[in-house]
Amino acid sequence: MSHPPYRDIAWQALWKNNPGIVQLLGLCPLLAVTNTLTNALGLGLATLLVLVGSNILVSLLRKGIPNEIRIPVYVMIIASLVTCVQLLVNAYAYGLYLSLGIFLPLIVTNCVIIGRAEAFASKNPVGIAAWDGLMMGLGFTLVLMILGGTRELVGQGTLFDGADLLLGDWATILRVQVYHLDSPFLLALLPPGAFIAMGLLIAAKNRLNSRVEAMVSPRSDVKAPVERVRIS
Amino acid sequence: MIPSMTRNGLLLALFGLAAAGLVALTHEGTKDRIAEQQKQQLVATLAQILPGDLYNNAPHDDCRLLQSRQYLGTREPQPAFIARRDSEPVAMAMETVAPDGYNGDIHLIVGIRWNGEILGVRTLNHNETPGLGDLIDIRRSDWVTRFSGYQLESEKDPRFAVKRDGGEFDQFTGATITPRAYVKAVKNALIYFNSNKAKLLQAPRCWSENEQGAQP
Repeated sequence: MSHPPYRDIAWQALWKNNPGIVQLLGLCPLLAVTNTLTNALGLGLATLLVLVGSNILVSLLRKGIPNEIRIPVYVMIIASLVTCVQLLVNAYAYGLYLSLGIFLPLIVTNCVIIGRAEAFASKNPVGIAAWDGLMMGLGFTLVLMILGGTRELVGQGTLFDGADLLLGDWATILRVQVYHLDSPFLLALLPPGAFIAMGLLIAAKNRLNSRVEAMVSPRSDVKAPVERVRIS
Repeated sequence: MIPSMTRNGLLLALFGLAAAGLVALTHEGTKDRIAEQQKQQLVATLAQILPGDLYNNAPHDDCRLLQSRQYLGTREPQPAFIARRDSEPVAMAMETVAPDGYNGDIHLIVGIRWNGEILGVRTLNHNETPGLGDLIDIRRSDWVTRFSGYQLESEKDPRFAVKRDGGEFDQFTGATITPRAYVKAVKNALIYFNSNKAKLLQAPRCWSENEQGAQP
């Protein structure tokens, strides 16, 4: 099997087959924690870390895992990685741990991760699998951040509110008060706002699709080797 | 040759062991730091509600478990931290629960001087509506600081209610349930404190003090 080139993987993960707005995987954390940019960034980074780790492990072990038990093995790999990340966040970013709460362990159920393990990492060598994990994680983080930024801006008129929880005390300077609201615009901060913002984001992506594709697309004759998987 | 089912079973067990080992290693590496973080968080909270010139012990190490479904809002024993000056108790910070918040339990901690005067109140954990009910969070507004200095005159003290109910505490625009539940929880904590003051120091110690101790 010929390995898809790095550039193509990046293109697939960041735009064409973006896990957030095209594959629509991991919607639960995606919609739930994107009420501020800081939370979005935190969950995005945690997901990225787990994704890279699980892709590397699955790829390393791919010859040793019999086909019949691959799913339980992936689940174990992912679950233990997530637990480790959770412990690490708890130890080194306690404030963020308090604000992400339940959504950290929920990374286990994020279908992006087992989806990439099954569809990509189990068939490709380590380097390229890690790259795929990194790019998919970045694609997911970007979507989270766009959603989080939009909702925070519309909802409370700020950006990076509470960034010090994630990045340490110096980060209070990141906080931007774009405009002042007497009372926050609740719709944007509550889950319905997440659905609406998500819908608009997908619509915008579809609208821009042909233009961006014409602009950046690598050779269009390359048949996409990254198949679209859905695991429920 | 080993049948494939046995082989797969063994492999799975092996993976399970490796996964558990990885988690155990990480846990071992981070548990001290996590405990340290939690302790720091507690110390910081206590410092906010117990003025430092009042006591000279370490209240976070002098912890008692109090239990009262009626007054502390939950069946679970709640920790209370005793501040002493030269081993005489001068104040206490007790955790309590407002069970009737708009969106589930609100966990709060109330600092009370030994004569029953409120020293300070902070919210520990809540799920109230962002922007409406979350004004109980000190990072959002200074509403919780209004409690300081109050003392309960009787169990029916009318000042302990939101203004809409004839009391002295502001409700929030669009959210009355949250402050109402909150004021009631603070009042109940005071009632509990006043009527159990003599027994408080005999309450069982928190399990966290002797690290390995089993939870009661």
